[in-house]
Amino acid sequence: MITLLYFAWLRSKIGLAEERLDLPAAVTDVAGLVAFLKARGGGYADALSDLSVVKVAVNQEYVPFTQPVRAGDEVALFPPVTGG
Amino acid sequence: MTVRVQKADFDIGVELAALTAGNMAIGGVCCFTGLVRDLHPQDGEVAGTVRALTLEHYPGMTEHQLEVIEAEARARWPLEASLIIHRYGRMEPGEQIVMVACASPHREAAFDACRFLMDWLKSKAPFWKLEETGNGSRWVGSRTSDEEAARRWKHSSSPP
Repeated sequence: MITLLYFAWLRSKIGLAEERLDLPAAVTDVAGLVAFLKARGGGYADALSDLSVVKVAVNQEYVPFTQPVRAGDEVALFPPVTGG
Repeated sequence: MTVRVQKADFDIGVELAALTAGNMAIGGVCCFTGLVRDLHPQDGEVAGTVRALTLEHYPGMTEHQLEVIEAEARARWPLEASLIIHRYGRMEPGEQIVMVACASPHREAAFDACRFLMDWLKSKAPFWKLEETGNGSRWVGSRTSDEEAARRWKHSSSPP
């Protein structure tokens, strides 16, 4: 089981701020997870259509799409940040 | 050495007094404050377009990233004290969003560290701005210039 968090327009497009997911056996890294979510279609496909504007954090650290994902992880997907 | 993420406004004078209180080694404090402006520049728009901003953030990761950024500044410059306050929630034009202050024995480190913290914060701290305009709401896109500003500091302790 992992916790997924979505922020800003990814949250609006997906329609959820947070969900729990039993990690499918085929999913081992962030890229695989994103492909799995995208395949759900609808808001997921829309939100994840351009991965150049999707940032990922695993356990609150920025990571590349090659980062492994394991049960218990907190994975957040969000657009480039615009604070300050 | 202090990071605060809060909904409430802050008083710069009170914060600066508290930051420097009792430390006679401090010779200079540099402070930057970011305000909500009424226009995020887009083609064909005029001042007054933006009625409010709502700042969303990632609780937990925000504080963690700000602490990482602050530790990086303290590793690069001889700072006696530092403070980052970033607000979230809904704010109207003219309101304060963010405050960064750096205190050092000499002004150069205070100026440079303050600018570094703002540049890095803008590219690393997980905040997102939603603008309210007369035509509805929109998410603010990231600016290439902000990312470049952060990148220029990567291997340098001199201003970009």
